Formats: sequence, structure tokens, C-alpha cells
Amino acid sequence: MSDILVSEQSATGADGSGRPSGRLLEVEDLRVEFRTRDGVAKVINGVTYHVDAGETLAVLGESGSGKSVTAQTIMGILDTPPGFVTGGQVRFHGKDMLKMSAEERRRIRGEGIAMIFQDALSALNPVFTVGFQIAEQFRVRRGMSRADAKKRAIEMLDQVKIPNAKGRYSNYPHQFSGGMRQRAMIAMSLALDPEVLIADEPTTALDVTVQAQIMDLLAELQRERRMGLILITHDLGVVADVADRIAVMYAGRIVEEANVYDLYAKPAHPYTLGLLDSIPRMDEKGQQLRTIKGLPPNLMNIPPGCPFNPRCPMAQPVCREKLPPLLQIGSGRASACHFAEELVNRD
Amino acid sequence: MSDPSTASIVSTPPSTNPNEVGAPTDAGLPGNARKEKPRGLLGDAWRDLRRKPLFWISAFFILIFVVMAAFPSLFTSGDAVNGTLANSRVGPSGDAWFGYDVQGRDVFARTIYGARASIVVALLSVMGTLLIGGTLGIIAGYRGGWVDALLSRFADIFFGLPFVLGAIVILTTFNGADSSNSEWQIMALVIMSLSVLGWPVVMRLMRSSVLATKEADYIVAARALGAGTGRIILKHLLPNCLAPLLVYGTILVGSFIGAEATLSFLGIGLKTPVVSWGIMISEAQNYIRVSPYLLFFPAAFLVTAVLSFVMLGETVREALDPKLR
Repeated sequence: MSDILVSEQSATGADGSGRPSGRLLEVEDLRVEFRTRDGVAKVINGVTYHVDAGETLAVLGESGSGKSVTAQTIMGILDTPPGFVTGGQVRFHGKDMLKMSAEERRRIRGEGIAMIFQDALSALNPVFTVGFQIAEQFRVRRGMSRADAKKRAIEMLDQVKIPNAKGRYSNYPHQFSGGMRQRAMIAMSLALDPEVLIADEPTTALDVTVQAQIMDLLAELQRERRMGLILITHDLGVVADVADRIAVMYAGRIVEEANVYDLYAKPAHPYTLGLLDSIPRMDEKGQQLRTIKGLPPNLMNIPPGCPFNPRCPMAQPVCREKLPPLLQIGSGRASACHFAEELVNRD
Repeated sequence: MSDPSTASIVSTPPSTNPNEVGAPTDAGLPGNARKEKPRGLLGDAWRDLRRKPLFWISAFFILIFVVMAAFPSLFTSGDAVNGTLANSRVGPSGDAWFGYDVQGRDVFARTIYGARASIVVALLSVMGTLLIGGTLGIIAGYRGGWVDALLSRFADIFFGLPFVLGAIVILTTFNGADSSNSEWQIMALVIMSLSVLGWPVVMRLMRSSVLATKEADYIVAARALGAGTGRIILKHLLPNCLAPLLVYGTILVGSFIGAEATLSFLGIGLKTPVVSWGIMISEAQNYIRVSPYLLFFPAAFLVTAVLSFVMLGETVREALDPKLR
């Protein structure tokens, strides 16, 4: 089955031979499975994407599509067992992280690649003050004195626009509001000045106005620091504002990759089309919301052919037989659909 | 999560999700947020403890008991070991505040001298129990897999030993009727047998609270930011798992004082001429109706000591939980 997944023909036009491409972070043909008592769930089935310095890649997909597991694999925080990486590479500055020693990987975490989590309250240690948790990194990783580390931590809190950073330094996570916590979490992740930041649904736990503030903050910090940002989300609204490129995931594969404008204007995969169509619209008020019919496939038993075919309104016999590879269509975009060209060229 | 009964005392917070944009900037700030040097968890806990009267009361009592254990002669000039039979079961008076026991010994002096054995045995056994159980619990909970299975079954074996029976086996082996162990050797043996038989409960407690905590996002986040295993365990796991242990430990102080008494009563623990509250209580039980003060005074000291430890544990636990500050 792996011969059909043509990773080298992804949107990057890479030749797939592990060459030093100058890419900051590349995931290539990554495969992850979860071995459980009930069977083997193939959660990631050949994911390929990359992010460069100063670029925002949005990874879009519904729950269970494998977007978070990909991020966990990059970070090396995948729970093993049950999760096992069965193939592929995660290259950071051209070096395959999956082949590194545990110690080497640990050093990259925080300083090379950092991650922020969905629920900042549970991602902050409840027994330590917010400031202490940020300062701890400066002390441990940079060998700073307590006083210096505190100064730097307050600077970080200031950078993420926490008012009265100095006074807030000695507050505990539960004394922060939801938005503040996420800001503190961002400050913590950015403390060691990582080159890549992975944000796993950073705004899902927040309300809409705070969401916008956090996204603005992330975008701003990313511009200032020329970080690569991988934004994992299922929120199409969040994506449109900040992303440069979007990778849409379905059943552990990238089904479409394109820049924001192309993707919204002319989706090249029926799944993306369905996602865009399911955004509630003002002019259809009162009517039933449009959804994609059916459910995502059971990852222990992915249907043959295109995994989306049982739900696809355009499915043809070929879709049930042949898995469409992720093929480049036009400049800088790719789609894993047999009928991508037709989709893009319609009307 | 795991066992709900422990979940309630684990300080992992419920996922509340307040939606306000930003609380007033000085909300929750300590009133004296002046220039201070950065404090750690313990610094904050200490600052909080200092404000609690309950802490000072219990600390005061514990201090008295500790001094009593170390220097009993400061409190009494009486003789705890030798008595005059003529004074047998003479009630409290100006000469002997707590009266005389069956052998005509001064109960006040005996109570004071009894503090040493009781408190030393109880405190050291609790420490031993918490240390063994806590360490194994962390290892089992954090490593999981076969390590967990092995340690848990091992704990089950010890858990299966009836407490008194186990202690009898250990103590009659090393401290039989014909042995000539010194006072301290016997104490060490009693401490050892209490610790060896007591740790499985602590281990289970620790294991379940580690299991509940190690899945928390902040542990994953710490790993994602490059923290090593040692740092994760000591800095992130341990402080969040300590609360149930502390509570159990303080309760254990009381029950170990009682357990020491039981063993003494059975003749395998401490023996006369060593004095302990446990020995006094067990000696007094035959005379409860005729001379209740024989039971009352050592029991009152015991209860006060236990209560002080429980209160201290409670205030320390509260101080270590930032949400209760």
C-alpha cells in the first residue's frame, strides 16, 4: 500500500531523498499506529508537510484525523505504547529526529521546537506560580540566577501582553483568566526562543473575542521572531486570518495542501469543499446546517481506495479501488483526489 | 481518572473554564506584592502557614512533646521506673499530680518519660512508611507496565499479611523472650516492623495519585519543553501528589502510637523498664473502673499528640495547595 502514497510529489516538489533542503522542519511520509487490545489503529498514514522560518502552516482536520498525533510525534511526546512510529522521517534542520538519542531530542524540545496546548489551565502546574514556571526554564536551561531568571520571566509575560506582568509573576495559574493562562502558556513556550512553535488548538478552550486576541498575539510574536508556526485547528475561521498554507488532514493523511486563498476560493478535494460548505452562513439563517454526511472511517479498518469515498458526494467506482496519491496540481498546491483537476476547473 | 476517594484530595484542579477577557489586573494579588525575591513552593507555603493560628497551636504542642521526649527531666523530677508499693493506686494529689499506678510508680513522671518511646517510634515509623511507600508508589505509577505490576503484586503480598500477625512474626524472631536487645534496638525493630507492614497502603495511595497526575497536561507540557525525567518527577509530579500522603501520614502517627502499644501489650514490643504511653494504657486497662486516672492521663497525652500531628498535617496540606490560599 505504501507504494501508492507518493510523498515525493507533495507540494514542496522535494525529491524525498533526505537532502539538506534548508527546510526548517519537515515531516515526510510519517506513519504512526496505535496498537491496542482491540487491534491496530493506523492513525497516521503517510503525512508529509513542512514549515519554514517565518511561515504559518495550518493543519486542519476534524477530531481523530491525526493532526494532534502528528504534532506529538514531532515533539516526541507520543505515548509509547500504544503509539508506535512505523515509518517516515521528522527532519529538523535536515536531521531526522526520530533517529536521535533521547537526550538529543530532549535538548531540541523547548529550544528548537516548542508546543502550546489547548487547555492552558491544565497545562500549567497548579502548585507553582506562573512566573516561577517560566523562570524555571531560564534557570535550568540557561543556568541563570534566580533574580535574572525572574527578570527574564517578567519580560516574557510583558511580551505576551499580560498587564502588570511584575505583579502577576507571583500569581498561581488558577488566579488567571482563561485568556491570560493561554498567554502565560505562550510565554512559557517561547521562553527559550524556539524556531518552530506547534500550537495544538490554542484557542479552542477560549471564547471568541479572546480567541481573536490570542491569534493576533501568536501572529505578531511569530512575525517578530521569524518562527515557523504549525497551527493545529479544526476552526476554519481561525485559519483564514493567520495561515500562509493549509494542510487538510483526513483519516491520517493529508488530502489537500494549498495556500489560503486557493483553498478557500477553489478547494481541490471534496472533503475540503464539504468543510467549507459546513460553515454556517448568514444568508441561510433558519435552514438546516449543512454537514458532511457519515462518519470518519474507523482507523482500525480503513476502507479500500480513497478513505473519504463512503462520504464523498462525487465518489466514482475508481474511488473505491484506488487510493489517490497526494499529487501536485498547479503551483504550490496538492490534492489527493482522483478528480482534483475537475474540481478546480469547474465553473 | 482513578480512585475517586483519592481524587478529592489530590490537588489537580478541575478544568474550570472562565471566559472573561481579563480579570482586573490586581485580582488575586497578595496585598503586599512588594519587591520580594522569587519564592518557591515552600516559601509560599511557609508565608501562608505563618498566618494560621491552628498551625501555631499544633506546632506549639508538638514542640512541647518533642522537648518532653528529648529532655524528660526538665518536666519532672519524679522516678518513672521505681515505685513504692505502698502507694499502689493512690489517686492524684499535690505530690503526684496524676497519682500512682499499681506498682506505686508516679504516673506523671511515667507519662512524661513515656513520650520518648511513643513519639520516636511513631514519627520514625511514619517517615519510614512514607519513604518506602512513596518511592515505590512513584516508581510504579510513573513507569507503569511490568514495573508497576511487579511492585503492586509485591505490595499485595505485604498487604495480605495481617498486621498483628506480621509484627508478631518479625518481632518474635528478632526480639524473642530470651533476647537481650537494648531499648534502642527494640525501638528500631518496632519501627522496622511497623514500616515494613505499613508501606503498601501508602504505595497504593501514591501510585493512584501519580497515575492521575502524570496524564495531566502540565506533565506533558513539561516534557514538551524539554524537562528531564528527574525534574518532571521531583518538580511537577511530587508536589502535586503529596497532599494525600501528608494527610495519611498524620493519621498514621496516631495509629502507630496505638500499634506500638499493642505490640508492647503482647509482650513483643517495648518492655518494662522502658516506658511508653502504649505500655501505660495497656497496663491501665485492668483498673479502668477502680482507678480511671491510670488510663486517663496517658490517653489524654496520646490524644493531644495525635491531634496536634493531624492538625499540623492539615494546615501544611492546605498551605501547599495554592488554590486554598
